[in-house]
Amino acid sequence: MNSTARLRSAVLIAVLLAIWHVAVTHQKVHLLPTPLAVAGGVVELAQRGLLIKYVVASLFRVTWGFLGAAILAIPFGLALGWHKRSGMALNPLIQIFRPISPLAWIPISILWFGVGDMSAIFLIFLASFLPLTVTAMNAVANVSPVHINAARNFGLSQSQLVWRVLYPAVAPQLIVGLRITLGIAWLVVVAAEMIAVNSGLGFLIVDSRNAGNRYDLVVAGMALIGTIGLLLDIGMRSFEKIRSLRWGYSED
Amino acid sequence: MASIIAVVQKFPRTTATSPKRQLQSKLHAENIGMIFNRDSNCVEVLEGIDLEVGEGEFVCILGPSGCGKSTFLNIIAGFISPTSGQVSIDGEIVRGPDPRRIFVFQERGVFPWLTVEGNIGFGLFKLSRAKRAERIAHYVKLVGLEGFEKAYPHELSGGMKQRLEVARALAVNPDVLFLDEPFGALDSITRLTMRSELLRIWEAERKTIVFVTHDIEESIQLADRVVVMSARPARIQRIVNIDISHPRDISSRRYIELRNGIFEEIGLAHKV
Repeated sequence: MNSTARLRSAVLIAVLLAIWHVAVTHQKVHLLPTPLAVAGGVVELAQRGLLIKYVVASLFRVTWGFLGAAILAIPFGLALGWHKRSGMALNPLIQIFRPISPLAWIPISILWFGVGDMSAIFLIFLASFLPLTVTAMNAVANVSPVHINAARNFGLSQSQLVWRVLYPAVAPQLIVGLRITLGIAWLVVVAAEMIAVNSGLGFLIVDSRNAGNRYDLVVAGMALIGTIGLLLDIGMRSFEKIRSLRWGYSED
Repeated sequence: MASIIAVVQKFPRTTATSPKRQLQSKLHAENIGMIFNRDSNCVEVLEGIDLEVGEGEFVCILGPSGCGKSTFLNIIAGFISPTSGQVSIDGEIVRGPDPRRIFVFQERGVFPWLTVEGNIGFGLFKLSRAKRAERIAHYVKLVGLEGFEKAYPHELSGGMKQRLEVARALAVNPDVLFLDEPFGALDSITRLTMRSELLRIWEAERKTIVFVTHDIEESIQLADRVVVMSARPARIQRIVNIDISHPRDISSRRYIELRNGIFEEIGLAHKV
């Protein structure tokens, strides 16, 4: 985004906030807190020491669940994509598990791991594992056979072929898959925290409502989730600017 | 410039106006046949192909699109096993690709995630860092990519990518180069430049070259011998010796004679 586009976005957000404020203050029924009340909520959370604590708690769970899934799913998906027969054999199973929302696993994960961090991490892991597996499988299928043949021609061993050709060839698609999956993981952590733990931004939202209808804190939690999600996405997008990956995103 | 003359002869020479030099046999394809099974249909692509290529010889394989000449090249390079027959290089039966014989694809064969340097150095992983840098610098210069060492392929033109791929192939110092319509995707001006570049490199490095093309002019400009393939199933229809020394005058009487001969061989009238 260039500076004019940035300015335009900032102005638009400011206008929307103003409309929100005006609309809420002119309403007799209490539908939403005002933006100022929400900002006050964020400040209050910071003063009580909960802001950092909850954000860190949520990010902690996402990091471990997502990293664990990435470490296992990427080699797994690449292997399935490479050995087409095993990929085809496992594909029906993958397609059956895929439409099951990670949230449907909440009772089972509480049964296995109890109420706590492990449970939430497990849910993030589940939410990330299959999308990453499928991304890696498809990425292998898109590797140009010319590149594989060229690598064989230069006498590379199997492991050299994987590190010097397969990984770099799939990297651009993997980065996109990781970015989208991180978005999913962030969605799921909030839901998991509403049920399975007693800290984090998801917990903040449920707890604020239950403990005295503090809707300013509810919306503050929502705003924090959105902002952090945006920052995560910007972080992942920056990988797409790496020069050795640029080829995977250009038009020609 | 000395001309290299094809000598491994199974077929009579049409004329003998150039000095003859006996070349050692480098590659021998014996009775190559290839049948593909597609949806329970058998497609016979190649039939009984015998070809010998001499050490340091430049052979063009010429044929209509889809005749199976690329399949033949993939077989002699070891990427595909033939249904019948066998290929030997230096008396050794070919069982797979080998770094001593490098296949040059169209420019899409370069690795887009590596820089020019990275691509040229790709096959040099057994060399020390200093030796590798030296070799890379030599071939960057040979193909005229100085100043683009750190550039990525998507920042290069089609002709530059093609030169890069040739440099990557030459860098591992192979005995044989297989080129599969390498200039097919280039514009006609770049293609002409690339041909003289390739001849210059061939004269400097003395590799055995097997070059597949569907371009009659290209084959006569480049090769010592032109192997004319028939339509599918491909057989060798005729082998034509190009007995003109380099640099070749493409308006000379002999050139036109040879060109017309091949046009007739393929059954084309050379009028548009």
